[in-house]
Order: sequence, then C-alpha cells, then structure tokens
Amino acid sequence: MAKHVVAAVGEIPPGTRKLAQVNGRAIVVFNLGGEFFALNNRCPHRGGSLHHGSQTGLVESDGPGRYCYSRPGEIIRCPWHGWEFDIRTGQSWCDPSRVRARRYAVSVERGGGLVAGPYVAETVPVTVENDYVVVDA
Amino acid sequence: MNIEVRQPERGAKARVKIFDCDIHPKSALEDLRPYLSNRWWSYLQTYGQRQRHGYVKGFPYPKSQPLASRRDSWPPGGGLPASDLDFMREQHLDLYGIEYGIMNPLSPTGQGEQNDELSAALAFAANEDQLARWNAREPRLKASVVIPYENGELAVQEIRRRAGDRRFAHVLFLSRTSELLGKRRYWPIFEAAVEAGLPVGVHVFGSSGRPMSNSGWPSFYIEEITEHSASLQASVASLIVEGAFERYPELKIVLIEAGFAWLPSLGWRLDQNWKRMKDEVPHLRRAPSEYLREHFWVSTQPMEEAEDPDHVIDVMQWIGWDRILFASDYPHWDFDDPFLALPPSLSEERRGKIYSGNAKALYRFE
Repeated sequence: MAKHVVAAVGEIPPGTRKLAQVNGRAIVVFNLGGEFFALNNRCPHRGGSLHHGSQTGLVESDGPGRYCYSRPGEIIRCPWHGWEFDIRTGQSWCDPSRVRARRYAVSVERGGGLVAGPYVAETVPVTVENDYVVVDA
Repeated sequence: MNIEVRQPERGAKARVKIFDCDIHPKSALEDLRPYLSNRWWSYLQTYGQRQRHGYVKGFPYPKSQPLASRRDSWPPGGGLPASDLDFMREQHLDLYGIEYGIMNPLSPTGQGEQNDELSAALAFAANEDQLARWNAREPRLKASVVIPYENGELAVQEIRRRAGDRRFAHVLFLSRTSELLGKRRYWPIFEAAVEAGLPVGVHVFGSSGRPMSNSGWPSFYIEEITEHSASLQASVASLIVEGAFERYPELKIVLIEAGFAWLPSLGWRLDQNWKRMKDEVPHLRRAPSEYLREHFWVSTQPMEEAEDPDHVIDVMQWIGWDRILFASDYPHWDFDDPFLALPPSLSEERRGKIYSGNAKALYRFE
C-alpha cells in the first residue's frame, strides 16, 4: 500500500465523487458531507463501473407497510444490476455476508506535508498551498 | 471526469470469439421515416401507436434504471443508449471482441400494435432501418426479421420479403403474444420461417394487453421481470402440446432473455402428465421433453445465479451443451458481462460452444 494524491479537496465537493486511476486500478472517491471515502470502481457482483451508478439512501423496513429512508446519498447503486453498497464501508446490501466492494483508506493532507514523499499526482498538478485527498492503495 | 477503465485482462480475453445473441440497437421513430409511406407517417403524427396496454407512451412497469439501460450506456455525444454505433463499438463490440451480434430491436417496431396495417408498416421500416443504419455500417450486427406477429398473413409477407437475405438471422417475436404461441393463428408464421430457413427468436416482453398472472397485475417490477419466464413457460408448453413441431419438424425456437433453469421442471411435469393423458393429445408422438430438447435453444442472459454454481451446470447439462447461446442484452441494465457471466468451472470446450459455436451452427454464420 502506498499513498497517492488523487485530487485537490476543492475538486470533489460534498455530494460528488471522482474516478481516479491509482497504479492501474480504478478507484472512485466520494465526498459525503466533507468526509472522503474510496471504493474500488469495479462492482464485485459483475464488474459494472460504480462511478457511473447513482447515489441513493438506505431504505429499510421492519415489516410490510413500514419504511424508513435514511442516510441519503450514502449508498452507491451499481449502474448495471442495481446492487447497493454502503459508501462508508463497502458493504453490500444485497449479499452482505459474501460480497463487499473493496474499500481504501482516504485522508486529507496538506500539500506541504506531501512534497517530501514518493507521492504520485495522477490527475492534478500538485502545489503545496492546498489540501489534497490522498488514497492509500 | 469520466475515465473509462479497461481491465488489463480484457485484451487477452477478447481473443475469445463471442457471438452475442441479444443486442438492442435503439432507433427513434424519425429514423424509420424514410421507410414509412406518407400515409403512415401522417397517421402516426395524428393518431400515434396503440400497444395492447394502457399508457401507450410508457412502460406498463417502470424500470429499475432509466430506459431500462445501464447508466453508463448513454452515449457521450447525446442520444439514447445503443443509438450511437460508434459508442456501441467502443463500449461493447470492440471492448469484448464481439464477432457477431444479433440485433433484437424492441421499439419502435410495431410489434403488438393494434392496427395490423400500421404494425406491418412499422415492422418493414424497422427491418430496413436495421439494414441501413446498422448492418450496412457494421456487418457484425445481424438483423432480426421484425414481424407484425398478431396478423399471420402480413407477417408472412414480411418474412418472404427477407427470405434468402443473409443479413437477417432470425424471425423475431416478443413473448407476450395475444394468444399462446402454439395456437394455429401463428402457424403460417412458423411455416414461412421454416421455408426461409430461419429460426424463430422469442424475446421476453411485449404487450398482450393481459397481466402477467391470471390474478391480475402484480404490484412490483421485481414480480414482472421475474414472471417473464413463468409467462413464457405457458407458450413453450403450448408450442409443444398444440403439435407445432409435429407439423413443422424443422421449426427452431430460440428463447431470449427468459432464463433457462425452469426448462427441466417444465419438461418433467409435461412428461408426467403426458404419460397420463396421451389420448388427450394423440398428435404428440414423443414425450414433450423430447420436443423441448430438440426444437429449443436458450440464451444465457440474465444468467442464472444459484448459490451453488454446480446447480446451474446440472441444468445446462439437462438442456444440452449445444443448445445454450451467449447473450449480453446490451445496453440494458441487466446486461451480462461476456467475461464474467458463465460459471468459471466450465471447460474450454463448453465455453467455446456457448460463446460462439452453438450460435454459429444454429444461425449458419461462419
């Protein structure tokens, strides 16, 4: 595992996401209300690109006729077969015991702290004045 | 922002030849305009189409993704999914190394249209459109003979018009016909297909005007999509029991997008009852399951996903390794990725047959 700069913080505003290439892997980075999360872009069910999916909420029910909709925007729904994954954990809501979208650690780091390391800027020019989203992958 | 990521292994796997038996090119009604007479164009502007269900301009059931399509299939240059040949090449035909694909256009095609003459005019136009806008530019894509299947006489005219034209792969029905498919009103169509040397593809969907169940309309899309196979079972039984294969021994039926794990149980039950009621259907000279295995082919998508993959293998074994055809259903949301759809334990030989060999033999494309 190594740290990779994938974006400047301002590039992924809350509620949006960005697809990044890290060492040949496609990783989709989400901003949920200022917190960043990263999942492997490849849906573990049949390989759809999660980045092209829709962000939705969690619908739960404890019985017919009773519904609870929570956590708006925190679930990514695959653009192909509609499998849903918890953006925070990668957990599948379709088959939680067997399937999980691969999750990567994300941090926000000051540009000044990054220049010394062997970091790879995949998509943005690195300047030291800003905060950057860093994926550990 | 939208970086299309190619998996490194795709290049290598793309050397596997793939015959995709279910691709849905999308045309707008305006694309059919050159092949419609002024009479029908004017009629469409004034009166429009009338499917055999309410809400003519929409689906009887809303789909789980917009236009029932993969969300990543909307062409970057605009237009509807699978309406842009260049993007279809990039996202599907070239990416997966598709050697041949069969186009099964779903709308606008006039299939199931209440006005028979309009149905025939639209079917003709849909066939011309498949040739001109798709096959002529991309010969890997073979056309379906779209027919106004609720009117045997007009459907036969369209099949005869296309007979001998190798750009067409099969005659296309949708599964929700207004009567069960084995009824004699459809026999002239089977006869014309056999004469033309074409298999008959039956793709799920269509609008019979009747609900999927005999207890009315189900509440949820999940019921509708699951029950396509149940509704098709009745038509498969009808084709067998009415004697269509006794009358047309060369008739070949391809079941498209219907699943296939239900075929063995249907065969077992038909055989059991046939042994008890042979005198009700004396025109059947063999057990129903024998017709099932001899006259039917199935497409893979949506691939059966059993908890134990060996159960799927058992079902495939029953159906026959030479009867199963790979299909992706591009661009629809329940698309099967060619490289991931088949059970991993299949031998190379069986994989090769399903990916391409069986379809080449059936459709006679080499």
